[in-house]
Amino acid sequence: MSERTTASSDTSRKEAAILPPVDVIEDSAGITMYADLPGVPKDRLSLQIESDTLTLEGDVVLDFPEGMEANHVEVSLPSYRRVFTLSKELDGSKVHAEFKNGVLKLRIPKVDHAQTRKVEIKVL
Amino acid sequence: MLLYRTLFPRNVFAELERLQRDVQQSPEISPSIRGFTRGGFPAMNVGGTPKSVEIYAFAPGIEPSSLDVQIEKGVLTISGERKPEDIPEKAAVHIDERFAGRFSRVVTLPDDADPAAAQARYGDGVLHISIARKEAAQPRRISIQ
Repeated sequence: MSERTTASSDTSRKEAAILPPVDVIEDSAGITMYADLPGVPKDRLSLQIESDTLTLEGDVVLDFPEGMEANHVEVSLPSYRRVFTLSKELDGSKVHAEFKNGVLKLRIPKVDHAQTRKVEIKVL
Repeated sequence: MLLYRTLFPRNVFAELERLQRDVQQSPEISPSIRGFTRGGFPAMNVGGTPKSVEIYAFAPGIEPSSLDVQIEKGVLTISGERKPEDIPEKAAVHIDERFAGRFSRVVTLPDDADPAAAQARYGDGVLHISIARKEAAQPRRISIQ
């Protein structure tokens, strides 16, 4: 799995977005990805896999009291977006997602025949 | 062209402060004894209304019970711990960007904030603390006899 950094021309939304921090961990059966998306309610999170492209998107929803003025702002954009390219051995049709307390956990298994087989090396 | 829509209501002074802080990122100048807070965990937005001070801490993946919020002598401290994710044996970590470990962030409250009237809620990974301002500090119209 690799990250796509160049902006593709087919994205419908061109708004500036926060790049959420992620952890990507690979074991022999697949890849686990954690993404921090604080402030995104479950119904405003969008997860798309189109051929080999995985797109994470989410909108930040905060409840402001009326007439609030900002004094100090570190999170200033209203949405998150990050795009990854999946490699061939990952099975995009069997992705499992959990979203709790603003953390998205994604499990992308490898296609069966891609799971590591140990290659024995004969020393001659 | 990228369009910039803002999440938080904009304020020209906050923008100036942000610019100033950006400038201060140079290593020679240190604005606070606690170091450069910007970029720390959790990220924070602070706003206010005539009636309250509103603090939003972006702290995803934390059990609310392990968050500690204290107000002492006009200083609000948010602390807690975020445990690292379990990494199975023989797994490879390709990207490791998320914060893990103990954290603590401090905000100096305005003088009129009433520590007895603070409320905190945690939802969707955001801790929202609302502190009412003292009655006496709220603007009052004085009638002219």
